[in-house]
Formats: sequence, structure tokens, C-alpha cells
Amino acid sequence: MTEPVLEIKDFSVAYRTPSGDVRAATSVNLDLYAGEVVGLVGESGSGKSTLAYGACRLLRAPAVITGGSVRYRGRRTTEPMDIMELGTAQLRRLRWREIAIVFQSAMNALNPVLNVRDQILDAIHAHLRVSRDEAAAKAGSLLDLVGIPRSRLRAYPHELSGGMRQRVMIAMALATDPEVVIMDEPTTALDVVVQRDILAQIVELKERLGFSILFITHDLSLLLELADRIAVMYAGQLLEVGTAQQLQHSPVHPYTRGLLNSFPSLRGARRELAGIPGSPPDLHDPPPGCPFLPRCGYATQACTEIDMNLAPIAPASDPGHVTACPFVGPDTPAVQAIADQSATTETELAT
Amino acid sequence: MTSPTDTPQPPGRTPHRSAPRPGGETPLVPGASPRTPVPPEAREAPQGRPPAREARERSVAAERGPLAMEAVSLDKDFRLGRGEVLHAVRGVSFGLYRGAVVALVGESGSGKSTVARLLAGQEHPTGGSIRLDGEPVEVSSRRAFRQHKSKVQLVFQDPFSSLNPVHTVRYHLERPVKLHRGTRSADETAREVTALLEQVRLTPAGKFLPKFPHELSGGQRQRVSFARALAARPRVLLADEPVSMLDVSIRLEMLSLLDDLRRRFQLALLYITHDIASARYFADEVLVMYGGEIVERGPAEELTQSPAHPYTQLLVASAPDPDNLGSALRGGTAPGAAAAGRRPAGTGPAATGCPFSARCPLADDRCRTDDPPLRRVSAVRAAACWRLDVAAPGILAQSQGGGT
Repeated sequence: MTEPVLEIKDFSVAYRTPSGDVRAATSVNLDLYAGEVVGLVGESGSGKSTLAYGACRLLRAPAVITGGSVRYRGRRTTEPMDIMELGTAQLRRLRWREIAIVFQSAMNALNPVLNVRDQILDAIHAHLRVSRDEAAAKAGSLLDLVGIPRSRLRAYPHELSGGMRQRVMIAMALATDPEVVIMDEPTTALDVVVQRDILAQIVELKERLGFSILFITHDLSLLLELADRIAVMYAGQLLEVGTAQQLQHSPVHPYTRGLLNSFPSLRGARRELAGIPGSPPDLHDPPPGCPFLPRCGYATQACTEIDMNLAPIAPASDPGHVTACPFVGPDTPAVQAIADQSATTETELAT
Repeated sequence: MTSPTDTPQPPGRTPHRSAPRPGGETPLVPGASPRTPVPPEAREAPQGRPPAREARERSVAAERGPLAMEAVSLDKDFRLGRGEVLHAVRGVSFGLYRGAVVALVGESGSGKSTVARLLAGQEHPTGGSIRLDGEPVEVSSRRAFRQHKSKVQLVFQDPFSSLNPVHTVRYHLERPVKLHRGTRSADETAREVTALLEQVRLTPAGKFLPKFPHELSGGQRQRVSFARALAARPRVLLADEPVSMLDVSIRLEMLSLLDDLRRRFQLALLYITHDIASARYFADEVLVMYGGEIVERGPAEELTQSPAHPYTQLLVASAPDPDNLGSALRGGTAPGAAAAGRRPAGTGPAATGCPFSARCPLADDRCRTDDPPLRRVSAVRAAACWRLDVAAPGILAQSQGGGT
């Protein structure tokens, strides 16, 4: 497959507020190929959910899509369609049938007054033309798919554990056999054992059913294990895109390096963790140049003038590994992150 | 200095009140069932081991400072109605030492937050006792509760709901400062509040005082929670998942702030988490809880690098492993213990025997009927498992060969 299933080009979203536009996503370019898991990682407020929902036209005012295109090429569609050009009826056919979303909080995304079966049936009937018997059989097999006993079909959301609710959400997303599944922090509220179970299940289902996943999270350690490619988002812009291996072994952008140095690892020798001092910028009226500048240990005067285009790391390297930082390369030695006065980070935690 | 487990059992204590009330023959809720009561003697001095107190493991946290607070065989049952009883905490003993971090690790529902609430005086234990500076804690009146709170403070997981949305940062801090520090004048109060904000690195303080919680980021809100807890000048800080709701990039900063406060104020810190990797970096001693019981305890580095109990092994195997790119997830099978410990969704702790026996790949008949006591496996480690010879042969051999 040479052409991506989902092709996001120069995509920008702004939130209109009385005090001016908040530029939540700025000129984002991201491709998702068939059968691929692409991870989108960033802090809260970095615009990752806005990007994903915007690509499905799920945002409401005051959010405005200010530019760009999102092209979808599915197996069931004859020719590529630009999601930005679709009418209401076409959008309705696209959503869930072609692109499904597993929302962040299963606690809130499920309807508390409907049992699991009715919610799944709702989704099936809204998007597929099937008989009631077929739909009921499908609901049962969907629960089988995610490892929940069929006896729980009549259960209400509050009767299920957090992990089971999340599984129900995944089952519902898969109800219509979509080609692209957007997962927005699907395991963030769960503990590690359940999280791992669900991730393993997601990967297995992906292999079996052949959909592609856009996986949104703030946990880079998770993505390194799960994703084929990872896009690092910061202040509404992509800073670095590469394969999991590339980001793990030769991270380039200072922000990626900071993220990699932020989480304690269970295995291997104890490392010195530095974290990323400071906090993300205000997107109301961002200064020109690189948004990471105030927190960056490599910052120079020239950083205020760069145009934030993603460019390949070096001519010889893989063209898929791109960065927005023209100054820091794979061979640039690590520097101590600048210590923000309000948030001095000690180099090591416990002594 | 005594280790908490050295403390003799109060005589005649019945640790398990699992007998349903009259008419309570109804089936028990899953994951909340009472288990065969184990007499205290069996728990504390299993057969084949001398009951001598020298044979107890000691806490590495004790090396940091004097004992501040201890839990002695704590039990907490919740009545669920219809005679059903949830044994949320069973026979939990540990000590918190000044200047030391003890991590309590477990999954949701393991009882770790209940332990924190018991220590904080928000719940009364069904059995066992809590000691603060050697004195038994009896939170019997509002006055006693307030006094207890001035020494033991709790920080909650969710900084979005633990601060009152209609009050400013100033209000959140002034109240406890007046209450617990007894400041007389407005000036004095303001000085103390400013100092508190500086201690949690919210500077300049003047900028944050008039803000409402919704105007702050998650990390800033959690800093306000820390400041509020410190307002009472506690000696014990119970931090219940203090960073779980925060971004990964901010967590490290918050943990290092907590660590700094621990050092500066010689706080005895209980760090409750489900993230065992952060416990490795942050804690001196780790206690692993499952089904209301401590199933393993030991020094943080040693326990995370060579877990003895099958549940700890599962926890460690489940943590994201960036150095092992994709292999475990891609292959569809998790490594050994993780794959074996995978359960059908919704399997809770076992009703009888070892709580982990329902999920444990090594469980045999004995595990399903008798609850293993927490037994010493080395000078500083203990585990509650009948099958340690299979689960962790290396650790057992080491402790037997090398003595204490």
C-alpha cells in the first residue's frame, strides 16, 4: 500500500475567543497507512485531541478549522474523499463506518441509563442495514472479541469495572468494521495490568481485522512499545515524527529528548531523570519561531526565526524521520535543560 | 528502633469479622468475599518458623529516621448490606519513618486508598491499631480528629476535584494556616501563606493567591494541594496517587518537589500509586497490596528488580518497557508471568486462600484454601506466598544460604 488511508495536510484549527484566536493546531501534516499504529504524543493542551477530532469534523464552535485538508482513502470507497468537503449525510456515513473513535473517558462516554447491549445495538442500527437478529448476534460476537462474557450484555455501565467499560468502548468502535480507529487515551485511567491486557488486545484485533490506529496519549513510554510511528506534538505543532525505534534510539528534537528523560523505567540501570522544566506556552498570541524555545536547553537567538517545517534529519538518514528543529541533530550532545526558577528540577529523585 | 511488625499482637483480637450477620447467607459480591479466617497466631507465626522477633524482616525505611506512624494488623470491613461484608484491608502492618518514603503499590480496589483513609482518621479500623509517635490513635471526637489532622495530612489524586472551584488559592491556604498554625493577625497569616506557596515553588506567590482552581494547570493545582497539606506542619504526609492525573512530563517535577519537601521537613511519606516504576525511583521501601493484604514488601530497588511474589512479578511485567520495543505487545503474548496471570475480565481476588490464587499461574490446592502469611525471605524482605520455592527460587536460596 503506497497511499495513506488518512492524509492530514496543512491542517489548522483555532478556538475563537473574545480575546483572540487560540491556535490549537497549526499546519499539521500527518499520514496514517493501512494496518499501521501511529502514536500522537503530547502534553495536555498540546492539541492532539483537537487534531484528531478536527480531522473527523467533530469539533463545534468556538473551534474553527482554519485551513488544510484531510483525505480519506478506504477500501470501500472508490476514490479518495476530502473530509473537509463532505456534506452532513456523507459525514454521517464516514463517521463510525469508516473512522471510529474510542473516547478518552469510558465512564462518561457510555450512557449510564442504557445497558451495554442496547448501546451496541444503537450503534449498529444507526450505521448498518441489518436485521434485529443479525444485530443482536453481532453485539454478542463483539463482546467475545474483547473478552467480555456475553452474560454481561444486560449490564449497565456502573456494573462494570473501568477496564470492562473501556473494552465495551472498543467493541462499540469496532461494531461497523471501520478502517481507521482513533483512540484517545484509551487506557489512561486504568492500572498497568489492565492497561497491558487491553493494549495487547487492541494489537491483536488490529492484526486480525486490519484496521489502522491513531493512538493519542501523553505517555511516550507506552507508544514506544505499541506504535509503528510516533508524532510528537507540542503547542499545536508537530515537532518530530519517526518510527518508534528512531525516537527511542536517536531522538532529535530537544522536546522529544526531554520526554524520553521524564519517565522512570523499571528495567535497566537507574538513570538520571531530568524532566522538562517550565510549562507549555499560551497559544493566544504565540511568539514567532519555535514554541518550545522558553523551555529548551539548546535555544539560540535564531530559534525565533525558524518556520517550524518538518525536515528530514540528514540526507543519508531515513526520510521518514523528520524534525522541526534545524539546529539540533542526532549527534548534538545533550545539554542540561535550563532550570526555570519557578520549577527547579532535581536531577535525581531518591538518593 | 522497632520495626512495626515487632509490635506484639494485642491479645484476643479477632482480625476477621467475616461472619455474615444473621440471615446473611446471600452469595457474596465478586471480589469482595470473606475468606477463611486465619487465626492471628497462624498469620504472625507460621509453622516451621521460630516465633522469635529477631527473625522478622526489618524495614529499610527505618534507616532514614525514627518511626513516626505505624499500622498494626489493620483491618477494615465495609458492610454492603444483606449481610455481605467487604474486607477492604486485612492484617496490614507497616511503619512510616521520618524522612523516608514508603510506597504502597497495587491496582484499583486493592485497598491502598482505604489504608490511607484509615491512617488519616477518616475511617475507623475494624481491627488492629494505628500508632502515632508511639501513642495509639483514637479519633473519637471532632477535636481529636482535628488534632490528628494537624500531624497527619492527606493529598488526593485528583487536583481537579480536591480544590473548591468557588474559592481562591488564598482561601484554600488561609483556612488551614489559621486553624493549625494559630496565626493571630492578618499579616502573620499572609506571611505564612506566601511562605507556603514558595515552598511548593508557586512564585511569585502574589500572582497565584487570587487565582481560582480553574485558572491553574493540573500541576499547579496539585502544588496548591501540597501547600494546603503542609499548612498544618504535619509529620506524616499520605499522598494518594498524587501524580496519576498529571501529564507524564510533569510527574517527575512533582515527585521531585515531594521529595524535596520530605527532606526539608523530615516528613514521613506514604506514596500510594499503581505505577511501580515510579516507586522504584521515589521510595525507600515498597509494599505491594493485593486483595486488601500486603503480599510483598522490601527495599524499592531490590523488590522491583527481583520481585518474589507472583503478583509483583505480574505488575513488573506489565509496566511499559520502552527498551523492549513492541516485542511483548506485537507478539500477542506478554512475557511469562504476565501471560499466565492474565485473567478473564473482571476476575477479582479469590474468596478463600491466597487472594491472588484466582489469577496466579502457580496456585495449587493449598493456595486456594489457606491464606499464606507474610513471611520473611531476607533480612529486609517478606512475601506472602506458599509457592516461593517455584516463584522466586533464587531469592529463597539466597536468604537460606546467606542467613540474615
